[in-house]
Amino acid sequence: MAALEVKNVTFSYDNLTNVLENVSLTLHEGELVCLLGVSGGGKTTLFNVISGLNRPQQGSVLLNGRDVTGQSGKISYMLQKDMLLPYRTIEDNVALPMIIKGMKKKEARKIAGEHFAQFGIDGTQKKYPAELSGGMRQRAALLRTYMFSAEVALLDEPFSALDTLTKSEMHRWYLDVMDKIKLSTIFITHDIDEAILLSDRIYLLGGKPGTITDEIVIREPKPRRSDFNLSQEFLAYKREIISKI
Amino acid sequence: MCSPLNEKLRNIINKILPPGVTLLLIFVAWQLVCSLGNVPKYMLPSPQDVLGAFQKDWQLMLHHARVTLLETFIGLFFGILTGFFTAVIMDRFSIVRKMIYPLIVISQTIPTVAIAPLLVIWLGYQMLPKIVLIVLVVFFPIAISLLEGFASVDADTVNLMRSMGASRLQIFRYVKLPNSLGQFFSSLKISVSYAVVSAVVSEWIGGTEGLGCYMTRVRKSFSSDKMFAVIILISVLSLVLIWLTHVLQRASMPWDKINRKRSKL
Repeated sequence: MAALEVKNVTFSYDNLTNVLENVSLTLHEGELVCLLGVSGGGKTTLFNVISGLNRPQQGSVLLNGRDVTGQSGKISYMLQKDMLLPYRTIEDNVALPMIIKGMKKKEARKIAGEHFAQFGIDGTQKKYPAELSGGMRQRAALLRTYMFSAEVALLDEPFSALDTLTKSEMHRWYLDVMDKIKLSTIFITHDIDEAILLSDRIYLLGGKPGTITDEIVIREPKPRRSDFNLSQEFLAYKREIISKI
Repeated sequence: MCSPLNEKLRNIINKILPPGVTLLLIFVAWQLVCSLGNVPKYMLPSPQDVLGAFQKDWQLMLHHARVTLLETFIGLFFGILTGFFTAVIMDRFSIVRKMIYPLIVISQTIPTVAIAPLLVIWLGYQMLPKIVLIVLVVFFPIAISLLEGFASVDADTVNLMRSMGASRLQIFRYVKLPNSLGQFFSSLKISVSYAVVSAVVSEWIGGTEGLGCYMTRVRKSFSSDKMFAVIILISVLSLVLIWLTHVLQRASMPWDKINRKRSKL
């Protein structure tokens, strides 16, 4: 069974012009799927629909076979900016999704604390977000996303605000963490290299209204070799994607 | 190199010493004018006279100060409470905000000094009219600052909280309330000094106790030295209250210090 299934979703904000039309996609368990498309193409809108913030006019969202269309609080969602609350320490930020679900603060902190080392942010528990670098904040935000739900995560351009060097370091770190925690993830990006480097499959979202125009499977085994992004195969994928966008 | 003690010392030299010197010079000039210029005491008492007044009337002033402070604290408490709830309701129901926000703003053009006598007529000579005046004065800055704090919350952060399934109350508690604390304390600092002044003004109008009453009495007997003394006392009380607010702010916003230090770098 697919971890997440989006079936024939059509969405418009004003009931006049559709932003999304007949969008369908599937995410298998442990898979990392990328949603690639131009800015303003409806990628974030699709995430708002999947996460339940917006209800589609047509179509449905299935989480492990259960219909969760229009229900928020089921699928974890990480936005572009890290969105860590500046007035909470890192551990309290990470523990927040569990506190919202009704868990006691102490217990939530303890559970969150078990993952800090794995995410490479051990020692930041008592610090405030302002004391951390952009990369570290993004790691903390991802851990918070993971604490919310270990089932399916939606990541909206999580690394787009970082500089190039930090970004490639984050990519390595990300693949490494994902290899350990096996989180099923859909990932938005407009960076073709990032899409090929990280994902198992790529959906191209295009057109107006937005719809899935193509699907590309990246057959490179994981963990990816370190020079994958310099290889002929990588370039071939890139050429294929550019020709299809 | 830069130990905390050293830093503190430098802080004193940089910030406290220069105005301290100015103040000292003013006092010296003032004393000289009084001693050499033959100014009558009822027109301008010398700093020495004022000190004498403090010594003589200290117990009495303390008694009146206690009354004024009590009124101030009770008024502040209810002013903050009503301001807080008004802000919460205006934030929650936009129709309520539309209905009362413009009126609240316009109501601020009414001079409080003018309402004070009316309050005495309606509510008598006891503590109540004083407290009501303070509530009226404090309510506005608190309500407006909190409302702005609630409204300035980042929309994406609220969306993120919603995607986590947070309820309205949880969003309020974890995002809106802490987000508005900075603005709340800024306006509280203004409010505490307003509150002290309002207490004194309403004691002028009518009453038997409080620094305002003491002030009226010494004014009528042309005891300018005591007049100066009580004015200084009122200033000092306001300063202490502002400082207490500052301490409270530091304690309830531990992240603020770090964020400010970061933005300075």
